[in-house]
Amino acid sequence: MFFFKNKTVVFLAIILVLALALVGCSKPADEPNNEEPKQEAKKEEAKLSGEIKIDGSSTVFPITEAMAEEFTKLHPDVRIPVGISGTGGGFKKFVVKETAISDASRPIKDKEAAAAKENGVEYIELTVAYDGLSVLVNPANTWVDSLTVDELKKIWGPESTVKTWKDVRPEWPAEEIKLYAPGTDSGTFDYFTEEINGKSGAIRQDFTPSEDDNVLVQGIAGDKNALGFFGFAYYIENKDKLKAVKIDSGQGPVGPSFETIADGSYTPLSRPIFIYVNKAELKRPEVKEFVKFYMENAKELVPQVGYVALSDDKYAENLKKIVQ
Amino acid sequence: MSPEGINNIKRRNITNTVFHGLLFLSTLIGIMFLIVLIAQILIKGLGWLDWDFITNFPSRFPKKAGIKSALVGTIWVISFTALFSFPLGVGTAIYLEEYSKKSWYNRLLQINISNLAGVPSIVYGMLGLAVFVKLFNFERSILSASLTLTLLILPVIIVASQEALKSVPNSLKEGSYALGMSKWQTITGVVLPFALPGILTGTILALSRAIGEAAPLIMVGAFGYVAFLPKGPMDYFTTLPIQIFNWTSRPQSEFQNIAAAGIIVLLILLLSANAVAIILRNKYQKRI
Repeated sequence: MFFFKNKTVVFLAIILVLALALVGCSKPADEPNNEEPKQEAKKEEAKLSGEIKIDGSSTVFPITEAMAEEFTKLHPDVRIPVGISGTGGGFKKFVVKETAISDASRPIKDKEAAAAKENGVEYIELTVAYDGLSVLVNPANTWVDSLTVDELKKIWGPESTVKTWKDVRPEWPAEEIKLYAPGTDSGTFDYFTEEINGKSGAIRQDFTPSEDDNVLVQGIAGDKNALGFFGFAYYIENKDKLKAVKIDSGQGPVGPSFETIADGSYTPLSRPIFIYVNKAELKRPEVKEFVKFYMENAKELVPQVGYVALSDDKYAENLKKIVQ
Repeated sequence: MSPEGINNIKRRNITNTVFHGLLFLSTLIGIMFLIVLIAQILIKGLGWLDWDFITNFPSRFPKKAGIKSALVGTIWVISFTALFSFPLGVGTAIYLEEYSKKSWYNRLLQINISNLAGVPSIVYGMLGLAVFVKLFNFERSILSASLTLTLLILPVIIVASQEALKSVPNSLKEGSYALGMSKWQTITGVVLPFALPGILTGTILALSRAIGEAAPLIMVGAFGYVAFLPKGPMDYFTTLPIQIFNWTSRPQSEFQNIAAAGIIVLLILLLSANAVAIILRNKYQKRI
């Protein structure tokens, strides 16, 4: 019997060896692939090739995806995979040189910047667009037209005692407010809580959260007493089902629109979104060309995916940063 | 018969009818939701499903967007998963059923395997990230993804294969031994052919589960936008569930529709996998 037992072991060992051999084979098979394009590049200077790995915020993803799509049309030999690990997840990969570019819906945090420095990663920060956070109610809500920043804080703050609309303004009905907000992992949530409640993550506990903004759209569209917030792009696509609340930060009520977000009058709920580029990677011609392409075409592509483009000078300024 | 006995029969008949109805109703509820779900997906997605949808790369324009890279990625990942998980799973099941002795160590092994089948898939994603992506340095590749999915479905394959092996009648094995066959000959000549339909069904159902997974693959590092086909197992990838997840979270309603079209393709893929399972099972059952 002992003999047969050994045979089983041998059998399993063979399987393991086969599996490992497969792994071993695959690596060298991949290398010639990497070399081929380089030789081609030598032959023909203008032809770009290589790989630009990008990861990060799912908010910035649609813009970067559009850029990658258009860029690949011009330079079909450049491969640009774009990930959706979230701003924080993206930076984790960026600071250990796993990615060349990181999408971010907030500026890099001190901790992340320190990690980058430790690993010798130098980077440049480029603002690529504005995203306006919209505060929304149901279209059947006839009483709310605008809210001041203080009222928003009164409603959403961690120590909020607001239960009904009447608690916000005495002339409003005594009906219970139903609150909807993005999940706590999103950059949108971080930004709103920081701007309105003063501290990132500080918020009352009794709201309906969803990582999927489309769920929030459904919730607010189906509930007369709903109040919620999410990215401007989701409001634009659902204008017929939702009513955007004007925000009063002291200079009178302003509603979210491409114009008010771009000129900064829709405040404090419009935020810049970024890409971070590794400086060492920027030396590669394909990366440099891609980032250049990004800045030159942002004006046209950014609004197509529901975000607000920066002014021409800002993109020109970004271009200067790249060329340096 | 006494009147009491007749009453009793009546009552028992009523109980029978009531429970018959209730059980039918519960079946109906499950099926109804399934029909509603499928109908909704078909209504939304069918109009978007055409050859271009299969052969185009993803795009920011819903009309031009396709699932080429996701479909090919899914096929790559699932083929490697099958390659790894089938021999490992069946091997383990044969060891546990045929060779291992009933010691405390083996009982512990058995309990562990059953428990592993209930671990949420995201946990396997984290494990895959730590072990395959970082420790083994396989990076964000098809290989890392298939190995992670292998771990995920291995317990299911082992348990299903064990059940199939258990169902082999002892008389057949004893007959084999009586003819002077060794244990290994008995396993390959008698036990495995008899158990194969059950093993294959279990494996293909487990693989179907793996096809539908998105969460662990996002952990392992599948990309959201991939506009090229993988060149080998070490290449980057995306899969159908990830592409669908990505589209459903977009603000534009057209993206919800192409997500539905993607779901239809995924369903076709799953149903054909199940069909293969049934055909294989029937084929091997006939042989016996």
